[in-house]
Amino acid sequence: MAAEIAKPLPAPTLETRPYWEGCKRHELRIQRCRVCGRYQFYPRIYCAQCFDDRVEWVAASGRATVLSFTIVRRPVSPAFAGDVPYVVALVTLDEGPTMMTNIIGCEPEKVAIGMRVAVTFEDWNEEISIAKFRPA
Amino acid sequence: MGTESLKNKVAIVGAADTEVGVVPHLSATQLYVKAAKLALADAGITKDEVDGLITCISFVEPFMYHAEMIAEYMQIFPRYCMTAPSGGGTTLAIMHHAASAIATGMCDTVLITMADSQLSGLSRTKAIEAMSGAGHPQFERPYGPPIPAFYALLARAHEHAYGTTAAQRAAVAVACRKHAAMNPAAQMRKPITVEDVINSRMIADPLHLLDCSLVSDGGAAIVMTSAERARDFKTKPAYLLGTGEGHSHEHISEARSLTTSAAKEAGERAYAMAGLGPRDIDVAELYDCFTPVVIIELEDLGFCSKGEGGRFVEGGRIELGGELPVNTHGGLLSHCHPGHPGSMFSITEAVRQLRGECGPRQVSDAKVALVHAQGGIMSTHCTAIFGSERV
Repeated sequence: MAAEIAKPLPAPTLETRPYWEGCKRHELRIQRCRVCGRYQFYPRIYCAQCFDDRVEWVAASGRATVLSFTIVRRPVSPAFAGDVPYVVALVTLDEGPTMMTNIIGCEPEKVAIGMRVAVTFEDWNEEISIAKFRPA
Repeated sequence: MGTESLKNKVAIVGAADTEVGVVPHLSATQLYVKAAKLALADAGITKDEVDGLITCISFVEPFMYHAEMIAEYMQIFPRYCMTAPSGGGTTLAIMHHAASAIATGMCDTVLITMADSQLSGLSRTKAIEAMSGAGHPQFERPYGPPIPAFYALLARAHEHAYGTTAAQRAAVAVACRKHAAMNPAAQMRKPITVEDVINSRMIADPLHLLDCSLVSDGGAAIVMTSAERARDFKTKPAYLLGTGEGHSHEHISEARSLTTSAAKEAGERAYAMAGLGPRDIDVAELYDCFTPVVIIELEDLGFCSKGEGGRFVEGGRIELGGELPVNTHGGLLSHCHPGHPGSMFSITEAVRQLRGECGPRQVSDAKVALVHAQGGIMSTHCTAIFGSERV
């Protein structure tokens, strides 16, 4: 879609490429520390809890709970004008980390804190797919 | 250097704002320099007496070495020169740095000048888009959050946890506008009601247009020196009694909590340095980029307990004549918000309140003023307590 081309297209880096490779295959990947067992997102060179470098990429369950949300009525830029109203949310993955996302697949007014959601992917181009969530 | 290291050591001896609001006849750089000239005139010194200069970077007219650029433009040659890279809490924290520079002898007389022309230089649409650069480029911005959406996430979480209402948030906007109506310099002066706020256009649920701060042009500057030297100036000094910072995250998706901020640590550190507490504060100038921020700050700074902020702002308690007058100039909601300089107007207002220069909006017998600023998305916090006397 032409409008989506103008949206801020993520530029994967050395550190984030495994995440984006996962998204491309419609798999939500996060990191897990092999020492303390903690999961983390966004990706980091070390575990942000125990600071050990033995972090590995794992597939997340894709299940999450809405921590907070808002219905955007005034778009951030003209590229998002066709999407209003859209839901920007923070969701807590079942593994622990929080991420920002859009809740799609339901009326914005139906979204609530505590709502269970599951990951889904929106393909923006051949390389970039964006992880969004829909009611579980 | 302990928690009392800066207590009573430095003072603000000059403070001034340029005209604010819609100022198309002055460029961003001209606003910086005009604010500087006005503050120097207020202090009664010439530019050649400045040996420390701090600026914040401008969105509209950025320079890689911004403070050096302003020094060059003004033809001053300081021995201490620094640019603040961002706004909100950082802008106020710069005052903390300036105080430290004076206390350690890096310089004697610091000029802090901050300005921007976000409205005339960028346009409202471009300013909103530029500010949203605060979002993580890979993990937040693809979801299209404008700045109000970030704060709406906080407002919704606070509402869910504590039952805070739209009318309570609106009371913050109403108080600021009431004060702005008494301030001829303010950008928005027409009084508003709680109903006006709730009936204004929804921007990002649950925040309405009038829950959001302004987009403005304007500048403000202060002159700081040691408490000792302050006695030689013509103005009544505003002494720094305590200051502290707290930093919890950059991106809202990484926040430790959506309902408790690092204002708690910043406030505790400032109170500890001053040896004062919330009950000692006569007037508070809080960061009000959005109405829910004031409610969270009042809680985290100890003016009420956690979850009570919504009830605290009701019934005129934060209005002039109330228990704790907040944002007596009108704040970012009604006085002006040119971007990074925002909290500077809180400092200049606190100084005017402590000098007793505020006319109809003067808080009677104001001796101790608290200024708090936050930046990012409730990320970086600084609290400062100023007094008309040393404590």
